[in-house]
Amino acid sequence: MRYALYLGCTAPVRAMNYELAARHTASRLGIELVDINDFGCCGFPLKSVHHQSALLLSVRNLALAEEQGLDICALCSSCTGTLAEANHALQGDAELRERVNEELEATTGRRYNGTIRVRHLARILYEEVGLERIRQAVTVDLSGLRLAAHYGCHYLKPIEAHDGFDDPENPHSLDQLIEALGASSIHYEGWDQCCGGGILGADEETALALPHLKLERAVAAGADALVVICPFCDIMYELQQRRIEKMYDTRYNLPVVFYPQLLGLAMGLSADEVGLPLNRVKSRKLMEMAR
Amino acid sequence: MDTVIDASQMDPTLADQIAAEPGGEHIRRCFACGTCTASCPVREVTEHYNPRRIIRMAVLGLREQVLSSDFIWLCSTCYSCYERCPQDVRITELMHAIKNVAVREGYIHPSFRMQVDLLRHHGRLYDLTEFENERRAEQGLPAITEQAADFGKVFVATGLDELIQPEGEGA
Repeated sequence: MRYALYLGCTAPVRAMNYELAARHTASRLGIELVDINDFGCCGFPLKSVHHQSALLLSVRNLALAEEQGLDICALCSSCTGTLAEANHALQGDAELRERVNEELEATTGRRYNGTIRVRHLARILYEEVGLERIRQAVTVDLSGLRLAAHYGCHYLKPIEAHDGFDDPENPHSLDQLIEALGASSIHYEGWDQCCGGGILGADEETALALPHLKLERAVAAGADALVVICPFCDIMYELQQRRIEKMYDTRYNLPVVFYPQLLGLAMGLSADEVGLPLNRVKSRKLMEMAR
Repeated sequence: MDTVIDASQMDPTLADQIAAEPGGEHIRRCFACGTCTASCPVREVTEHYNPRRIIRMAVLGLREQVLSSDFIWLCSTCYSCYERCPQDVRITELMHAIKNVAVREGYIHPSFRMQVDLLRHHGRLYDLTEFENERRAEQGLPAITEQAADFGKVFVATGLDELIQPEGEGA
């Protein structure tokens, strides 16, 4: 298993804990992640502004991975969705591919032939490593942990970009990945709600009302932590948590962890190896479980 | 907002213009059932954003009211409406198409203008300077060098550079 690691803009700067845990767990599970320095923004922020520019940026990244003969493993759900959507559009439309390639070649000297796949790390863990191998790799007992899975939006939708690998109305992959570690994935109201990250720049007050509801509901359900797989969801739930508490005059103190951090802890990695000291909202339970 | 629509303000070419935009093709399929609005997590927290209403306004041709509004920038792109729409209006992409038209007509939300500038200069939404790379090195993570050159070339070729000029240089 060898993939081009697509970090995106947010993870390498704002979620180094995620990146650390992803790299260490992947390597232990036999996944080789190859860095491609030339990767740039996936195009997501430009979709609202200028469709053609957004598409070219997406395809530029696809071409860079294809040049190395590698499928993409992405950490950010928005990057995954944006790159997978562009890939789906170009793979299904030779005429569009030609048109985009002409422009891409004229500007960057690159071409994309439509030969690679784009998947999120969690999907690769689920599909390629598999639940059984994950269960076998567990050496630390996480039972007793009550975790609220947050799938996020672009990990699952639009369905066609992700080959329909999981059902957005009733998904199971992240719940099963959590339970494979021995922890409980709890049911909670609003489990499928968006983090609001897409409008944080446009209207902060409205944007933060979304994570407010999610934190409220996860706490009400008795969650020990919220489990995320996207660095931008983490910004909304963890980095903004203190501000949301102030805005709504309340206190959640709800730890937010990236799935690979949990996976690493369950596999016996140290707190440092999974970047746990970088988490803003500290979890005593998780620190105690770390070797 | 006025409850009575002034028919003289209606511009039937708006829906055609949106339909000609990638992602906007299915706008006229909407039969206003409201599944989008009922599914929308942003609508849950503010009445200011209502996808059914925006689509209706666009189909009716309320050009200025739609394109110059703040509310078209409030789609968080969660794709809930996109997946649930019984008419396959592809609303998330339709909202992108409406915003693309707005940008071409001179309306852009300042936060998106800022993002265009960041990409133009850094090729990323967050700078990756020596400072960030030092922090990465402390964690044992590899350095990343910004590669913005292709971005500038792409923006010039697609016309985005002309449309949204670098801060301080354009209108």
